[in-house]
Amino acid sequence: MKAHISSWSYRALVFGTMLFVVTPLITVIWVSFFSNKLISLPPQGYSFTWYLNAWRLDDFRGGFLLSLKVAVVATFIGLVIAVPASLALVRGRFPGKSFISTLLLSPMMIPGVVAGSAVYIYYIQFELLTNVQLAATFPGLVAAHVVLTIPWVVRLVTASLVGANESIEEAALNLGAHPWRVFWRITLPSVRPGLIAGGLFSFIMSFTDLEKSIFLIGPGSTTLPIAIINYLEWNLDPTVAAVAAVQIFLIGFMLIISDPYIKLSRAF
Amino acid sequence: MSYLKFNDVQKDYEGVRAVSHFDLGIERGEMVALLGPSGCGKTTSLRMLAGFVSVTSGSIFLDGRNITAVPAYSRNTGMVFQGYALFPHMSVAQNVAFGLEMRRLPKAEIGRRVTRALERVRLSALADRLPRQLSGGQQQRVALARAIVIDPAVLLLDEPLSALDARLRHEVRAEIRQVQQETGLTTLMVTHDQDEALSMADRLVIMNQGRIEQIGQPAEVYENPANRFVAEFMGKSNFIGGTVVEAGRFRCAASDTVFSCDTSRFTPGAEALLSFRPERARITATPPDTISGANVLAGELKTATYLGQSIEVSIATAGGQSFNILLPNSDAGLAAGLQPGSALHVSWAPADTRLLPV
Repeated sequence: MKAHISSWSYRALVFGTMLFVVTPLITVIWVSFFSNKLISLPPQGYSFTWYLNAWRLDDFRGGFLLSLKVAVVATFIGLVIAVPASLALVRGRFPGKSFISTLLLSPMMIPGVVAGSAVYIYYIQFELLTNVQLAATFPGLVAAHVVLTIPWVVRLVTASLVGANESIEEAALNLGAHPWRVFWRITLPSVRPGLIAGGLFSFIMSFTDLEKSIFLIGPGSTTLPIAIINYLEWNLDPTVAAVAAVQIFLIGFMLIISDPYIKLSRAF
Repeated sequence: MSYLKFNDVQKDYEGVRAVSHFDLGIERGEMVALLGPSGCGKTTSLRMLAGFVSVTSGSIFLDGRNITAVPAYSRNTGMVFQGYALFPHMSVAQNVAFGLEMRRLPKAEIGRRVTRALERVRLSALADRLPRQLSGGQQQRVALARAIVIDPAVLLLDEPLSALDARLRHEVRAEIRQVQQETGLTTLMVTHDQDEALSMADRLVIMNQGRIEQIGQPAEVYENPANRFVAEFMGKSNFIGGTVVEAGRFRCAASDTVFSCDTSRFTPGAEALLSFRPERARITATPPDTISGANVLAGELKTATYLGQSIEVSIATAGGQSFNILLPNSDAGLAAGLQPGSALHVSWAPADTRLLPV
C-alpha cells in the first residue's frame, strides 16, 4: 500500500513541497540581480548595482552590523546561560524541574509581537523605578534577544545530553579529572552537535528577528530586518532583494559549514 | 590492617538500605569478586569505593589512608566500566593518556606509558582509532589499558564481561586475569556470573539483599556454602528439610529417612537443611550396597534431559519431593535406557553432604 503511494504521488508531493519552500528564496536571489529600477518581471538586464547600493546605504550597512553584533553577543550569552541550565535539567534532581524547563522553552511559544511589547512595557516600568534606561539601548536589545536564544540552546543541548553516556563523566573523574576539567574535556565535547546547532539557531533567530526588536531599537540604530521594512515603505527597487539575498547567503553558508557537526534530524 | 578495608560500611537510598554491615578486607595483589543477583548491593559497594556514591556510615581504608570522604578524582582507583565508557571523541591513545594528563606527567613519560599499556593489551596497532571503530572486545581492552596505565591503588571491574558475547567472554576473562597477575594490581570485581567469579577471583564475596552471605575462596564457597542462598546461587543443589537426630545422623521430616552427614555445626534436635550437589550423586536401578555407607533415596524417573556435557535427570520420591541429578556424558547410555516411571535409587556419599541452617 505504502509502496504504491511512494511511486508517483508521494514524489510529486515531496517535489511540490520543496518547490513551495525554495521558490521564494530563489526568486529573491534572482530579482536581486535585475537591473530594473522597480521589482518587476521580466528583467531588463542583470547587474550588481543593488548590492553596491545596499552597502552604500547607512541604514542597511549599519543595520547589518548591528544585527550581526546583537546576534553574536546574544548567542554567546544564551550559550553561557543555557548550557549549564540544560545540564542541570538533564542531570540534576530538584523540585520544580519541569516548571523551569517549560519556563525556559516558553519564549518559543509566545508570539514575537506580544513578547516585544511586553518587554518594552517592562523596560519602561523598570526605568521609571530605577532610572536605568533599557529600552532603545544595545544592552536592552541584547537582553531581549538572549531570551529568544535560550530555548533553542536548551532544547538542542538537552537532546544531546540525553543521548550522551553519563558514565564517561564518571570515567573521567575516576581517572583523576577535577569536575571542572570533566566539564571542559568530556561533557562539552560530547554535546558538541547540540551546542553548534543550538548556537546556530540562536544566531539565526536573533539575526532575523523583526517583531521583538521593533519595540526595542533606538532612533538611528536599527537592525537589518527593521531596516528592510523601513526601506520597503518608500522604495520598491531590488536593493531589498540584494539585502535579503546577503542574509540568505550568510545563513546558508553557516548551515553548510556546520552540517558535518550536527545531525539536525537527531536533535529534534 | 588489610591493604583495602571496608569497615562496617552502610548505604541508604532514601531510607532504603542498599548495603548493610559491609565488612571486607582485601590484601595487596589479591583479586576479589563481589558476586550476587542484581540489586544485592555489589555495584553500590564498588561505587562507594570509587567515590561515586557517598557512604551513609562506616569507613573505607585504602593503603592505610581513610578515603571515605576523599573525592572520586583523588582516590587513584582505576575502573573498567560496564559499558567501557570510553571517551567517544578521543582516539584510543588519547583515551589511555587521559588519566596521565590529569596527573600532569611530562609528555615523554605519558607517551612511554601509553605505548606500554597498549602493548600489554595488544592494541598498539589501533592507537589512532576512535572507540566507535573498534569491536566490543577491543573496546574492552582499551578500557582496561586506560585503567591500569595510571597504576591505580586498586583496579575496579564493574561487570567487565557482560557486554561481550559468550565466546569472547571466555577469552577476555583469561586475559584480564593474566594482566591482573602480571601487574600485581589489587582488584575488586563485580559480577553476577558465578563462572566468571569462580574462574577469575582469588576470593569471592557472595552478597544478597545488601548483606554479605559468605566470603571465601572459590572452591570453599562452592563446596561448603554457608547457607541455602549461597548453595543455590553457586550452582545447583538438592535440599531436604529435617532435624539432627544425633551426631552424624539427620532425619528427613517428610519421609523419616535417616541420612549420614557431618552435623558438627548443629546440636541434636536442631532443625536443618540437608543439601547435596546434583553432580555428586549417582543413580542405580537396584539399591546400592549399604556397606558403602552412602545416603540413599528411592524414587522414580520423571524426566531425563540431554544437555551435551551432561544429562540432567529429575527424580520424584514417593513423598512428592523432587531431586535433580547430573550425570556425566559418559553415563548417557545408562540414561538412554531409562523410561519415565522407572524405579531408581539415588545415592551420594556422606562426605558430599552438607548441613545448612534453615
